[in-house]
Amino acid sequence: MLRLFAKTLKTGIISEKIKRPKNDELEQLGIEVKRHIDRYFAGSLAIRAVDAGSCNGCELEIHALNNPLYDVERFGVHFVASPRHADVLLVTGPVSRHMQTALLRTYEATPHPKWVIAAGDCAACGGEFGVSYACCGAVANVIPVDVTIPGCPPTPEVLVKGLLGLMMKK
Amino acid sequence: MNDIDWRNNILAQLKDHSLQIDISGKDIEQWRVAAEDWQRLAELAQQQQMRWAAGWAEQHDHRFSVHACLQKQGHYLWLKTSVKGDKPELPSQASVYPAASRSERHTQDMFGIHFQGHPDSRPWVRHQAWHKHQYPLRKDFPLHGEPAEITPPDTDYQFVKARGSGVYEVPVGPVHAGIIEPGHFRFQAVGETVLHLEERLGYVHKGIEKLAEGRDPEGLARLAGRISGDSTVAHSWAACRAMEQAAGLAIPPRAEFIRGILCERERIANHLGDIGAICNDVGFAFAQMQFTRLREQWQRSQADIFGHRLLMDCLVPGGVKTDISAAHCSAMAAELKALRAELDELLPALDLNSSLEDRLLTTGFLSPQTAALYGCVGYVGRSSGQDFDVRRDAPYPPYDRLTVNVALEQQGDVASRFWVRVKEVFASLKLIGQMLQQLPEGDILVSWQQPAEHSEGLAMIDGWRGEIITYVRFAGDNRIGRFYPRDPSLPNWPALERIVLNNIVPDFPVCNKSVNGSYSGHDL
Repeated sequence: MLRLFAKTLKTGIISEKIKRPKNDELEQLGIEVKRHIDRYFAGSLAIRAVDAGSCNGCELEIHALNNPLYDVERFGVHFVASPRHADVLLVTGPVSRHMQTALLRTYEATPHPKWVIAAGDCAACGGEFGVSYACCGAVANVIPVDVTIPGCPPTPEVLVKGLLGLMMKK
Repeated sequence: MNDIDWRNNILAQLKDHSLQIDISGKDIEQWRVAAEDWQRLAELAQQQQMRWAAGWAEQHDHRFSVHACLQKQGHYLWLKTSVKGDKPELPSQASVYPAASRSERHTQDMFGIHFQGHPDSRPWVRHQAWHKHQYPLRKDFPLHGEPAEITPPDTDYQFVKARGSGVYEVPVGPVHAGIIEPGHFRFQAVGETVLHLEERLGYVHKGIEKLAEGRDPEGLARLAGRISGDSTVAHSWAACRAMEQAAGLAIPPRAEFIRGILCERERIANHLGDIGAICNDVGFAFAQMQFTRLREQWQRSQADIFGHRLLMDCLVPGGVKTDISAAHCSAMAAELKALRAELDELLPALDLNSSLEDRLLTTGFLSPQTAALYGCVGYVGRSSGQDFDVRRDAPYPPYDRLTVNVALEQQGDVASRFWVRVKEVFASLKLIGQMLQQLPEGDILVSWQQPAEHSEGLAMIDGWRGEIITYVRFAGDNRIGRFYPRDPSLPNWPALERIVLNNIVPDFPVCNKSVNGSYSGHDL
């Protein structure tokens, strides 16, 4: 037990400061902050991650958001286990056709008001996979998308900025 | 290779049959087998305790060729047969080798080749995105298919049922409660104990094999790097190596070493993440935080040195994209030392933690016999006594010039899979150290030569999950005619169905994490 404490103390607090994104960054991230968003989501954002066919690269970087360097929970961002608890669906992948109905049902199960973030190039535009017999392409081809975060995969920093942008107070 | 007993034993028993052996200048011995001998050969190979490693098919004008790859003691055997185009049928090897089961179901769904005597007639990768009598990998099936506006869910899949008092069923997925890939699991349980588990995968089928057709070599390397994001280096290496074999292209030694460094870095990153995640699944957040910290630092230096946190697109046909400077080398050497020091502090704290031991020891048991039956590879196989590593047993550059220590455990529980990962991290640190010391000078890329029409390549690479087998055949004009990558998840996933038996349902996450199969790599 002492070893655990010793290592914890030695490691210290390593969370890094992340600046709220500037306007031009928001534009890059495709975020149009709508006026009423603060009313609903100010201070807290519950996210349901849905992999709709990614190669799992995006999942690795989304996982990194919870590591002690980014620690998104300090911004009130937390990942929840059910779409019924979620404000936001964070969708990755070029929506494989076998996941299309599951994604639609997850979207329907998420209570209003809700936001959809398409994270990664595949979710944003189909990426390397595009539209085919097996993939629907961009998430926007299946459910309405509010924010796109490009990158293959997007780095955790870009992801955090996307999330902070969504919660930004005007 | 001629003095190997198993080979002669098989040949002696097959001598009455038609068999054509092609060993002309190939690394891997190729046997052309008559279709009626397909299953018989599998029986003979199994008697010689060969492992069934991979299987795939391809359509030619009016017939199909079917391939299988077997392995023993680092020697690969590449079997080929031919079946006719109308009403294609072939005796099943899955009735002999359970390891061939999903692979043959995949081939059946994608090509419409019927495997006679297959123990499981249900579809596998096909849900509802294409019709029963449409086969996406046939030449007349267009890449865009004829999809419905909304693909219906696959509700009529016949799951195995368990009946009896107190037996209940837990369906899970495809959308899971965590940040993981989608797939469906069906548990039958009594109280908390799992009686039976059935996996239903195929949700992330992206048509990778079809997408590959017609691509140029660079395009294929990019696609291969996205078969499974966590194995991007290993898969693009396997694809590049198969293409380079087909083109008869030798790459510069420096590029081989940099590929080796990239692949070992990928292994370390993933093992660090998994070690923390296994601990987290039994409620030990300390390890999760410490190991995700180490993983993050490791990935950041990858971004600094190679330009990508996950090392995507660092490999290209003919070599690698980024060179490393002397400053990078010394930075990496310092990094190896620092990581070793961190692990020396952390691992005793984990080892001496009795509650962790309590949850990991004896949990999720996979016997060496079952591991051999399913042909498990990588840390899943090695934790259950399967002493095999492509890097040591069928070495390819740069490993033919390095000493590879293979981690091995016999107990086959979650704890073994945990400690095999730890040992592999140390082994990889040592390998990177060796590669940095022996790094040859010179170019990192040679220009691509267009391969002859129909030239083919088969490459084996040991990724962090284990052996990857990739087949490439070129059509004319520098374009890909057929691409089949076999992810190590394919043989490892079925083992999970056995691993969870007699465990409690709440221990499924940690059993699953200790295997950590790729859904994307499995479903393709």
